[in-house]
Amino acid sequence: MPELNLHQVQASHQAHTVVNRIDLRLREGEIGCLLGPSGCGKTTLLRTIAGLHAPSGGEIRIGETLMASDKVNVPTEKRKIGMVFQDYALFPHMTVYDNIAFGLDKFPAALKRERIQQLLELIGLPHVGDRYPHQLSGGQQQRIALARALAPRPTMLLMDEPFSGLDVELRESLAREVRGILKSEGISALMVTHNQNEAFAMADSVGVLKDGRLLQWDTPYNLYHQPLHPFIADFIGQGSLISGRVCDCRAVHTELGLLKTHLPFGTESGEEVSVLVRPDDIIHDDSSDWKLEVVNRAFRGSHFLFTLKLPSGEKVMCMSQSHHDHPVGSKIGIKLEMDHAVVFPKALSGE
Amino acid sequence: MTKSPRLWLLITILIALVMTTPIWVLVSFVFESGGNNWQHLMDTLLPDYILNSILLMIGVASGTLLLGVPAAWLISHYRFVGSRWLHWALLLPLAMPAYISSYTYTGLLEFEGPVQSALRETFGNGISLWFPEIRSVGGAILLFSFVLYPYVYLLSRSAFGGASQHALEVSRTLGAGPYKSFLRIALPMARPAIIAGVTLALMETLADFGAVQHFGVDTFTTGIYRTWSGLGDTSTAVQLSLVLLAFVGVLILVERWSRKQQRYFGGHAKGDALERVALSGRRGMAAFAVCFLPILFGFVVPSGQLLYWTVTTAETGWNNEFFELAWNSFSLAFITAVVAVILAVILAYAKRISANKTVAQTVQLAHLGYAVPGTVLAIAILIPLAWLDKTIDDFFFENYQISTGLLLSGTLFALVFAYSVRFLSVSLQSVESGLQRIKPSMDDSARTLGASSWNILGRIHLPLMKTSLLTALILVFVEVLKELPTTLILRPFNFDTLSIRAYEMAADERLADAGLPALLIVLTGLIPVIILSKLMDKSHA
Amino acid sequence: MKRFNFTLFSTLFMAVTLVMPVHQASAEEVVNVYSARKAQLIKPLLDEFSKESGITVNLITSKADALLKRLESEGRRSPADILITTDAGRLHRAKESGVLKAEIDRELLDKVPANLRDKDNYWLGLTTRARVVVYAKDRVDPKDLSTYEDLADPKWQNKICIRSSNNIYNQSLVASMISHQGEEKTAQWAEGLVKNLARKPKGGDRDQVKAVAAGQCDLAVVNTYYLGQMLNGKDQAQRQAADKVAVFWPNQQDRGTHINVSGIAITKSSKNTANANKLIKFLLSEKSQQWYAETNNEYPVLDGVQVSDTLKSWGAFHSDSLNLSKLGELNPAAVKVMDRAGWR
Repeated sequence: MPELNLHQVQASHQAHTVVNRIDLRLREGEIGCLLGPSGCGKTTLLRTIAGLHAPSGGEIRIGETLMASDKVNVPTEKRKIGMVFQDYALFPHMTVYDNIAFGLDKFPAALKRERIQQLLELIGLPHVGDRYPHQLSGGQQQRIALARALAPRPTMLLMDEPFSGLDVELRESLAREVRGILKSEGISALMVTHNQNEAFAMADSVGVLKDGRLLQWDTPYNLYHQPLHPFIADFIGQGSLISGRVCDCRAVHTELGLLKTHLPFGTESGEEVSVLVRPDDIIHDDSSDWKLEVVNRAFRGSHFLFTLKLPSGEKVMCMSQSHHDHPVGSKIGIKLEMDHAVVFPKALSGE
Repeated sequence: MTKSPRLWLLITILIALVMTTPIWVLVSFVFESGGNNWQHLMDTLLPDYILNSILLMIGVASGTLLLGVPAAWLISHYRFVGSRWLHWALLLPLAMPAYISSYTYTGLLEFEGPVQSALRETFGNGISLWFPEIRSVGGAILLFSFVLYPYVYLLSRSAFGGASQHALEVSRTLGAGPYKSFLRIALPMARPAIIAGVTLALMETLADFGAVQHFGVDTFTTGIYRTWSGLGDTSTAVQLSLVLLAFVGVLILVERWSRKQQRYFGGHAKGDALERVALSGRRGMAAFAVCFLPILFGFVVPSGQLLYWTVTTAETGWNNEFFELAWNSFSLAFITAVVAVILAVILAYAKRISANKTVAQTVQLAHLGYAVPGTVLAIAILIPLAWLDKTIDDFFFENYQISTGLLLSGTLFALVFAYSVRFLSVSLQSVESGLQRIKPSMDDSARTLGASSWNILGRIHLPLMKTSLLTALILVFVEVLKELPTTLILRPFNFDTLSIRAYEMAADERLADAGLPALLIVLTGLIPVIILSKLMDKSHA
Repeated sequence: MKRFNFTLFSTLFMAVTLVMPVHQASAEEVVNVYSARKAQLIKPLLDEFSKESGITVNLITSKADALLKRLESEGRRSPADILITTDAGRLHRAKESGVLKAEIDRELLDKVPANLRDKDNYWLGLTTRARVVVYAKDRVDPKDLSTYEDLADPKWQNKICIRSSNNIYNQSLVASMISHQGEEKTAQWAEGLVKNLARKPKGGDRDQVKAVAAGQCDLAVVNTYYLGQMLNGKDQAQRQAADKVAVFWPNQQDRGTHINVSGIAITKSSKNTANANKLIKFLLSEKSQQWYAETNNEYPVLDGVQVSDTLKSWGAFHSDSLNLSKLGELNPAAVKVMDRAGWR
């Protein structure tokens, strides 16, 4: 039984539709993540699930309960969800203890104290109960916000850009930590972010949103390797699109040669398509005769990322180990290491 | 640029000192002997003064909270019938001087008035036994609450509007309904602003003479005036007002102390526009009622009575002299508002950037001017100004054989100075609460970009504080329009204002003739209140 | 820094404009008046005076105590030439605090009865105002009324209305009683009066008349001119109320009805003393005296001045000849007596 079930959910600001017919299922204990650029509607979708924004269509269920439809709209406070905001929104006039205790009104006093202590230990801050939020660091505040949201044992947790206020170092480690906490509490969660590293560190499933539409809901691995839309290909990981022409149903012809592929449904032989080439599809090999000109190079510590120019002028990227330095303008040898090329119809990638 | 902060510090200390001079003058009276009048007062009326003042304060604090906070909450978080115009109309009672309102209500509700007379005709004479006496502490509490709640409304509205919307949403996700969220989150977070509003209302209540005098409620201020006027004893009168000041001072300190642990920087830069929830049907009507009730009793009824008087029973009607009176009132109020806001910005800013405790404490002291009854303040200003005049006059006479006469105390300078001292607290409250919402990190980042203190003020703070500044401007403007006792004492020759005219008619027991000038005060105050609150709306959007 | 200079400049500019009006009137013939009489009851006469004499009159109206304080702190630099008050007590206080000078022309002083001016010639009265008892025509037989003292008699229990003791006219009345009867007897009287009050003292004199008319009390103590204004005003309700009451002149058999004056004095700092005397002369002219009698139903200090029909209807009365300086001297004592009696 799915914990969260969205069916054709729509939401709008004034007349402007920002969430467009979204279907989504989150299993019990699963951690999902909505990924997308700013303005894609991901925050609105999250707020709609929380009941902070009224949907203009569709149905939202949490567990077996219908939370929102064209007839029902359960108020936020009755939805038994936890929420963590980008700015943490800790109550400045309350101590950490009181912040966490806020949702525990119905707990008996002893149980409440125990639960709060348990949570403080879970987030690794057992001694900050008496402090006020402004006396804590950003990372600490973030954890308190999480503890506060988890305290009443919500059926699910929603997080809106929970790590964006933190520095990069902290972000991923905290994301992993939070994932650990969520898994140990056995709670399903949906997070919104624009940062793919966070998404990959946290989530079991990731959805990519663009212009209010959910383009794909899948595992991180599949999103990277089997993107259904050139926007996802572009948004997740690096890569470039080059032109190709469908040869037959198993392969596509490109400047890089004949590439094996699973063709998208409905493509016909001879049709012009775009082919996704990831940097790790092209391997730098000094011994290769196949040489391309370097037009840009970026040092990434463990490796170099070269941008290479194909004879037609199209560009592809290539990763190499960092001791292989080649100046811009020189030619380097490459070889292809690609299982299945990802192919999109020309029409889609023109967007 | 290294010289700038020190110069800056010097300027602010100087301003703070000048603005607190009247307080020091009052304090200098501590050691003057007022004969045996203290003993007499303690034996007779002082306990009453204290009791009534305390009752009044408790009542007005509760009243302004009950009227101002729910209205502010509804307006900032909901949409309902009329909420767009209620938004600014709730400020209208600001333009109604308390003493004028007291005349209208006694006229309406006293034994001989139309309401009780009508009731007696319908239900027989017995009904008047049951009719509550309007001229009582209870009546005064209601009156002040209806006239002064806009301070609480205005300051809490901006606090509710600027507070983190997310905090409220979190509270709802944690299972708290709208009431619990309001009581446990929104209210405490807006506390500094609400308290600032209540403090203003209370200080104005304590300093009021006209309304309590008319209601026959003996407060500290009527006592001060009685001691001065009846016993002819200035020293004891001033000492009484010092007791009043000390009382206010202690209140302010207790409040500050009680929240020293907490620090508030709401208003996140991420400008999530508040999503106002639509209320319709019965709930919408209820919200409308909650917001309209204060306007009805704080503004509509008294203005209606004034209008009725003016049209039906006034002996003197409109004449061209009223143009001059209105212009005098307007220009004085405008100049003072600008001066008071500039001073408040300088002081509030100095307090913020300076680690110097003396600065902070002197600025704090400047708040007290508002709690001094206008009459006493006027005297406290007259004394140093007259001394200064004498010194200037002597200097010019000795060196240039020119007599400068009463350069300061005999001119409008005295009035503007007095108003500034009196209403600095009003502008400071507003400006300080505006500054409080700007995180110090913004200062720091501006400083790292090479901005000087003046620069940060002009380019970062002022634009961010636009709303607070406008608020301060309206409040002082309207206050000056209404102000009576100081104007009465310190104005120069042949310079009358609307409030003077209203007072002179009312003091002659010609209430009907006080109607027209009072209406004009209300009208003159109304226009900027409406214009500025529209501007504020725009700067919010 | 440019903005700062602008601020500085505009501040200076504002300062200059504020201070500007100081000397504008110094060249011409002027007289400067500090008046506790409200503008509507002095300005018309001053305008008339200016028209006749060509002397410019500058006016500040305020409360008497405030004007006095202002005179005191301004000292010899005070621009004021004239102080006008609406009670003798304040004039006395002004004299005591040394802000007046005794330079009123002899011929003017002689026009005014001796009890209505200062014994050292520092001030003189311009109009008199009587504090009388008004009673409900339908409920009170005037034969039962006699003196102020009688108002403390238990027979009037719950029947009397009087305003707060904060009011100067009540203070003067009590001061006059102290002067005649001594403090102790006055204190007893005040206690008796307070016991007879039908309601807590509140409102002004008109309110007391209205309360009598509405039946809340049978008697009230008020100044005559308020009643006169009510009778002649546009407000029909007030006219009807005033019609229901009648004036009783207390103490006609002994010392006479308590009166106070509105009075005038020349300030010590006066630099236009001659003009000041011209103004006093004008205010003592028959025309001015009549104006007060007609417009405000006050009694002239001059004999033989034509008065309003209202005043005529109340008839002549015998007034207390106590020297009014006494009222000022005994004012603090009077306030204390009332405090102790619980007359709020």
